[in-house]
Amino acid sequence: MTAPSLVSAPSLELISFSKRFGALAALDDVSVKIAAGAFHALLGENGAGKSTLVKCAMGYYAADEGEILLNGRQVTIDHPRQAHELGLGMVYQHFTLVPNMTVLENFVLSREHLPAVIDWTVERQRLKDFFATTPFIVPLDTPVADLAAGQKQKAEILRQLYLKRGLLILDEPTSVLTPDEADEVLSTLKQMTRDKLLTIVVITHKFREVNAFCDTVTILRRGKLVGTRRVAELDNDSMAEMMVGSRETRASVEREQRAPGKAVLQVEKLSVADTVGQLAVEDLSLEIRAGEIVGVAGVSGNGQRELVETLAGQRHAEAGAMKVHGEPYTATRREMVRHKIACLPEEPLRNACVAEMSVAENMALRSFDQPPASPDGVRLRRAPMRDAARRLIEAYRVKTPGPDAPIRALSGGNVQRAVLARELSSEGDLLIVANPCFGLDFAAVAEIRARIVQARNRGAAVLLVSEDLDEILQLSDRIVVMFDGRLALETPAAAADVGAIGRAMAGH
Amino acid sequence: MESGLGLWGVPLAMLAGAIRVSTPFIFVSVGECLTERSGRINLGLEGTLIMGAMSAYAIALLSGSPWLGVLVAAAVGVALGALHAGICQLPRVNDVATGIGLMLFGTGLAFFLGKPYIQPKAPNLGAIDFGWWSSVPQVHQALQVNYLFIVGIVSAFALAWALKNTRWGLIVRLAGESVDAALAIGVPVGRVRLIATAIGGAFAGVGGAFLSLYYPGSWNEGLSSGQGLMAVALVIFARWEPVRCLWASLLFGAAGAISPALQSVGITQGYYLFSAAPYVLTLALMIATCSPERALRGAPGELGAVR
Repeated sequence: MTAPSLVSAPSLELISFSKRFGALAALDDVSVKIAAGAFHALLGENGAGKSTLVKCAMGYYAADEGEILLNGRQVTIDHPRQAHELGLGMVYQHFTLVPNMTVLENFVLSREHLPAVIDWTVERQRLKDFFATTPFIVPLDTPVADLAAGQKQKAEILRQLYLKRGLLILDEPTSVLTPDEADEVLSTLKQMTRDKLLTIVVITHKFREVNAFCDTVTILRRGKLVGTRRVAELDNDSMAEMMVGSRETRASVEREQRAPGKAVLQVEKLSVADTVGQLAVEDLSLEIRAGEIVGVAGVSGNGQRELVETLAGQRHAEAGAMKVHGEPYTATRREMVRHKIACLPEEPLRNACVAEMSVAENMALRSFDQPPASPDGVRLRRAPMRDAARRLIEAYRVKTPGPDAPIRALSGGNVQRAVLARELSSEGDLLIVANPCFGLDFAAVAEIRARIVQARNRGAAVLLVSEDLDEILQLSDRIVVMFDGRLALETPAAAADVGAIGRAMAGH
Repeated sequence: MESGLGLWGVPLAMLAGAIRVSTPFIFVSVGECLTERSGRINLGLEGTLIMGAMSAYAIALLSGSPWLGVLVAAAVGVALGALHAGICQLPRVNDVATGIGLMLFGTGLAFFLGKPYIQPKAPNLGAIDFGWWSSVPQVHQALQVNYLFIVGIVSAFALAWALKNTRWGLIVRLAGESVDAALAIGVPVGRVRLIATAIGGAFAGVGGAFLSLYYPGSWNEGLSSGQGLMAVALVIFARWEPVRCLWASLLFGAAGAISPALQSVGITQGYYLFSAAPYVLTLALMIATCSPERALRGAPGELGAVR
């Protein structure tokens, strides 16, 4: 069979798109032309308008202005379903397959015109025939929840192909994949664009992927079009300049040369169960010494979250032991105060804040029952809490209407800063951070990374869990890779081999 | 009358009890299973159960036909289920709070309207005699299987099949798993849940009809004693699978039959203690299956999502 189910690639032109959200101009007169069979990148910082542009094109948002030409003909797209009927499909950064259903069920469900009674033998055969024409396959009868992240992403893409979408918009499709998996997915898609079976628009911030796979790139900055170029004409420096404009990037903090001190955190043969009761962390042993940053690399979902939750006291261990300063540690509040443990978990608004409480109250969560916030551990005094919060807001440049504003009103980066301010203000001996820069812009990233290195320079032991390999490479003294709940690799950062780390992340 | 069965009478009486006592559990839990798979909790089924019992009894008494009573009970269940679903679709309404409100409403309304029917005797639903071959009266009695029990078993299997193999079943599950995905495909989530909740209500109504028209077979205010609520707990224990709801109901029915069964062989000590068996079982199962750190496998994704 010669790919009977795939249609040919369309061209797409977006003309003069504008979209305002209240006072904010998310898109201002942006035009993009994407040729049939192109592999086109949309590049830009957070908030540059990439997602807004494609969501307008897909009919999720109604653009204030703008015209869409598909294959040169003008079309109206007011609703995602119209976009689907025209053969436009989108793969999101988060997964849209239903986790409790099998791959087969998910695919069949998304088809139009389902029969009243479904003949699974026929559907299975049809899908098998379809998979015979596709570059990669996924197991049919596994619930999507049990698929690894890479397989889920493949399934999302396959479903778009199954639904005969000729133009795919991929929103940061490789953020959950290992470098090897990303290459596999992107290179097969690349081949399909060469064969004129697909047109691809990919939203990304990874230069490597733009260079390796894309033909053309459109760069957006603060809602405005900077330009569309052929990738071959650009080098990384000019791409970066177009993306961020002429802006001084803060130099990263000098890391002092220092030998690691005494062991602060010792994790011994730790096993932790995940939310469905399966072991997410298995027999993991790890030691972190004073004055060193240990970076835990790995694709999300390999037990990092459960490890951090256990260290932070949000989850209990099934087996194994933790020690801090040589004493047994069970993550109680008392122990955390005594050993000066600070923690910046991922999604701090959910994991480290009470969203409805004020910034001052959230900043006092570690110390509200000690003087000066509470003279006797019973009464609370607002004034000292507010004063302390003001100092932290100032020192960490948290953008907030004031100490009494509810913390949920702050932007992601400022919540991050507020929690970091609270956690670092105690000059902790052990700092646990997870994905501290996820979703933040350049300036905020540089600042938060600098604070982490500062803590290390002052002699704190730092456990840095991150899905961003560049972050791990930049900050760590020692790197470990987590795969399937175990440590797959341990290497000093100075001697780190990126290829080996990537392979360990993929379980090789 | 000497039974001649001795202690063997206990499991036999428990079997008979399981069949009798479990029937309303089967209906309520299978109905609730459907409702919850669509992403909505209906805690008001206790009220629906009692309204069903009352209306079935009243109609059977007035018309002389118990099956007409069952039909009316189902209709009352549809109405209460649709009411619940309708209220839940309003913005910022919590389905747990609404369910508790409707439970009290249904119970109160049934007591109010049912006062005149407490004394008279309505005709009962019949049973199939599977014990004709035996001359032992206990065996004979234990194998009197009521029609609704069979209907309940069939509907549990039918629902399990439909959820897996029909377009309608997939759409119900999709609405329960992910509103975003459902809307993207163009499934009207609100309407799907309305229908699923109304059908769930109909099942609970029929369960009520069984209570008043077969076993115990009369209408009074202490008829249900929380069986509707326990059936909701059963659905969680059964991990949202209709066929497992059936087995769980049978287990609960058997637990409920322990104390009368022991009494029938002359063990009267701890009667009330054994009567509490189903309730203790509910509690024990909930503790055993729930954990603050683990999500229940099989739980519909949208269930309990507070907006």
